[in-house]
Amino acid sequence: MNLFRNVVFIAAIAGLVAGVVLACLQAYATVPLILKAEVYEKAGGGHQHDHAATTDNNTMSSAAPATNAMSSAAPAPAESAAPAEEGWAPADGFERFAFNVVANIVTGIGFALILVAVSEFAGGIGNWRQGVFWGLAGFAVFTLAPGLGLPPELPAMPAAELLPRQIWWTATAVATAAGLGLIAFRKSLPLAILAVALIVAPHIVGAPQPESFETPIPEGLHHQFVVAVTVTDLVFWLVLGAAVGVVRGRFTGTATSLRDSFA
Amino acid sequence: MTTASVSLGTSVSSQSRFMQLAMAALLGIFVVGFVGFSHLDAVHNAAHDYRHSMAFPCH
Repeated sequence: MNLFRNVVFIAAIAGLVAGVVLACLQAYATVPLILKAEVYEKAGGGHQHDHAATTDNNTMSSAAPATNAMSSAAPAPAESAAPAEEGWAPADGFERFAFNVVANIVTGIGFALILVAVSEFAGGIGNWRQGVFWGLAGFAVFTLAPGLGLPPELPAMPAAELLPRQIWWTATAVATAAGLGLIAFRKSLPLAILAVALIVAPHIVGAPQPESFETPIPEGLHHQFVVAVTVTDLVFWLVLGAAVGVVRGRFTGTATSLRDSFA
Repeated sequence: MTTASVSLGTSVSSQSRFMQLAMAALLGIFVVGFVGFSHLDAVHNAAHDYRHSMAFPCH
């Protein structure tokens, strides 16, 4: 299990670095916009956090608005003290910031695990410059392609039901990754054409869209948010790829065999 | 992909190599899926800002 352990180790370091960087960027670029949008969300009573409310005659819709209204409103301090309770949310301020940092680091490591494992199949990321290109691919797969059909959304924005969107998002990421892989690692024209078809197909199928695009969120605020999300995610992926390249280089550079160096 | 394939400095058989890399990738998918896609209320609320900022489908 040496290889597995090394992959996890490299992913943990690179994910930690990139996650902290992303959390800092989010604190300045995206979270303030989310907080602004929540003001509109609370003001426009009809538009609760619960976008599933747009799906009429759903069995959930009777119960969901009640719980979600509680969770989206600023929770009382007493409420936030019971983490196991349903509808719990971190209290605004430091607690919320801290949870965001944790989420960034944990998923940063998750993305790093995927990146390192996949890149090892292709020979591994040799240095930071190769890492930057792998990072670009990650950005295209996980941000750019899904974001075309499902642009980053602010609270209080209308959206289709959650599960179909998650399925479309995942399928788009998988198809884009497969397409990019075919282009990069198979030197064959028919496969390259198949790759383009794979990348385009999810957008022909189309992402699940809400019934109405009516929203209290100003267009300008949303546009700002889309730009902020896209740019911060780009930086995250570039940093993640480069960090993997650097960390991996350190290991393979200092010892001929990682098995020796760790045994 | 022979037994001599050198990956991260360790030489392992191609089958074991595939399994270990696949396990690492699955672990990553599980982690991202849990934080970004879980329908649990508490997980959603804790990672709320992150989900919006990563353009994950939210709510």
